[in-house]
Amino acid sequence: MLVDVDALVKNYGSRRVLDGVSFAVPAGSVLALLGPNGAGKTTTVRILSTLTRPDGGSARIAGHDVVRSPMAVRGLISLTGQFAAVDERQTGRENLEMIGRLRRLGRVGARRRAAELLDRVDLGAAADRFVETYSGGMRRRLDLAMSLVVPPAVLFLDEPTTGLDPVSRSTMWTAVGELVRDGTTVLLTTQYLEEADRLADRVVLIDGGRVAAEGTPEELKSRLGGERLLLAFPDGPAASAAVRALAADGAACGADALTAVLPSDGGAEHLRRVLDRLHVAGIPVTRVTASRPSLDDVFLALTGAGTQETV
Amino acid sequence: MTAPALPRHRSAALAESLVLVGRSVRLSRRDVETLVMAIALPLLMMALFVYVFGGAIETGGAYLTYVVPGIVLLCVGFGAAATAPAVADDMGRGMVDRLRSMPVAAAALVTGHVVASVARNALATGVVVAAAIAMGFRPDAEPLEWAAALGLLLLYVLALSALAAGLGALASSVQSASALTFFMLFLPYLSSAFVPTGTMPAVLRAVAEHQPITPVIETVRGLLTGAPIGSAGWAAVLWCVGLLVVSSGFAAWAYRRRTRR
Repeated sequence: MLVDVDALVKNYGSRRVLDGVSFAVPAGSVLALLGPNGAGKTTTVRILSTLTRPDGGSARIAGHDVVRSPMAVRGLISLTGQFAAVDERQTGRENLEMIGRLRRLGRVGARRRAAELLDRVDLGAAADRFVETYSGGMRRRLDLAMSLVVPPAVLFLDEPTTGLDPVSRSTMWTAVGELVRDGTTVLLTTQYLEEADRLADRVVLIDGGRVAAEGTPEELKSRLGGERLLLAFPDGPAASAAVRALAADGAACGADALTAVLPSDGGAEHLRRVLDRLHVAGIPVTRVTASRPSLDDVFLALTGAGTQETV
Repeated sequence: MTAPALPRHRSAALAESLVLVGRSVRLSRRDVETLVMAIALPLLMMALFVYVFGGAIETGGAYLTYVVPGIVLLCVGFGAAATAPAVADDMGRGMVDRLRSMPVAAAALVTGHVVASVARNALATGVVVAAAIAMGFRPDAEPLEWAAALGLLLLYVLALSALAAGLGALASSVQSASALTFFMLFLPYLSSAFVPTGTMPAVLRAVAEHQPITPVIETVRGLLTGAPIGSAGWAAVLWCVGLLVVSSGFAAWAYRRRTRR
């Protein structure tokens, strides 16, 4: 395992933000740490990138303990943080050349590498502008490029697309996708289920400083069972009557007073039977939707987080 | 205990510091307002003291000759104090986390700021001394005396810059970092920089004669203008070296404290 995390504990004052988090990331794979705000994702990444010391447990990157051999760990990792770690009063090119020289590429090597990366993250035209004039998406791309000056064995991406517009997000996903194809091991944190679903081989769901669930996106989805039917009604009494009429099929109240949910095999026959029964009982249905469980549902079911927190 | 995997060459910390010195110098060059202030303020003070107050101050010689070393000390104190907001600004941004997650010596960032401060101060001091000569200041120092005066000033600027860097790392904001260094600007007034200490009330005189700036000023004044130095020379060197050692330790402690979370 390239990243090995064992029972990490971290307290801030009397608040326990990590309460025994363990997971592992095999080389060449992408792991998403998924969780709501305050779940402990960023703290975990800060410990793994030697910025914060854990109060308990241990973590190793390629066998090097993050507390005992921080310099060895730092040589193997790169961190692209939630708040772009770029120097705003320097140009994009100066930022990259500075990192290159700090990493011993030499003046010429650093210059060449900076030019390559500027092209790669599509900042060639803005290379000689001060970073303070960059948009949020450009800063994030520069931040990613700075993490790639010396290709890291493990790349940490802490909420790489939080606060980005859809176009920038999609550009970022493409860039990360390319890295993964090149074999970079990535540990990313995200609150976006779509992001985890799209980029990650495995998902570790954390909530309240603990691992709530772990598996491939498909495994997590399958935990919630198969497809479901969502029925909408014109008023509350109709919805309640429908739940009673379909109780034997496992119907339950939906997210609001006007809907009902029941498991389905996804077939047309089941749908017809349900609608017939409601018709016979004289209950009007305004709308029927078939839904496959998404990672959102897993997230909500396992963390109990309100929808407003998941954006 | 895992063996340290990446052998870090002994010169690594030096090379990393040099890269970050380059960065700080670049940022200083771009912060035109701070640079202009660092030069304009001592010039205005010098004009004020020489042309407004100077006529009424009895120093037993030309007031310009008396006050220039004091103005230079005020100038470098002001310049060194600018290190505090610069460090505080960095601490509040993501760049510190980037550097700390890289195989880069912990001291390199602060070293970059301190050395850039010395460069800024060298420029400001040069301008101030040139202006003083234009106003009629005629130092009679030999090259060796110049070298000694500059060496002492260098020690003094290093010590104050390191102190300011530590204060900047502790400060919660750029504004409070500036406020924390106010005593660096104030201390020269409570010394023999602008007036001889003889006319001060006894308590104040005791403070003025035993605070670090007075021996530094007396020594620089003696080296440049031939005034007697006496024991001030050794006192100045001891103060500066002592202050530098303590300030560097303080800066390292403050940086670690700020980044340990």
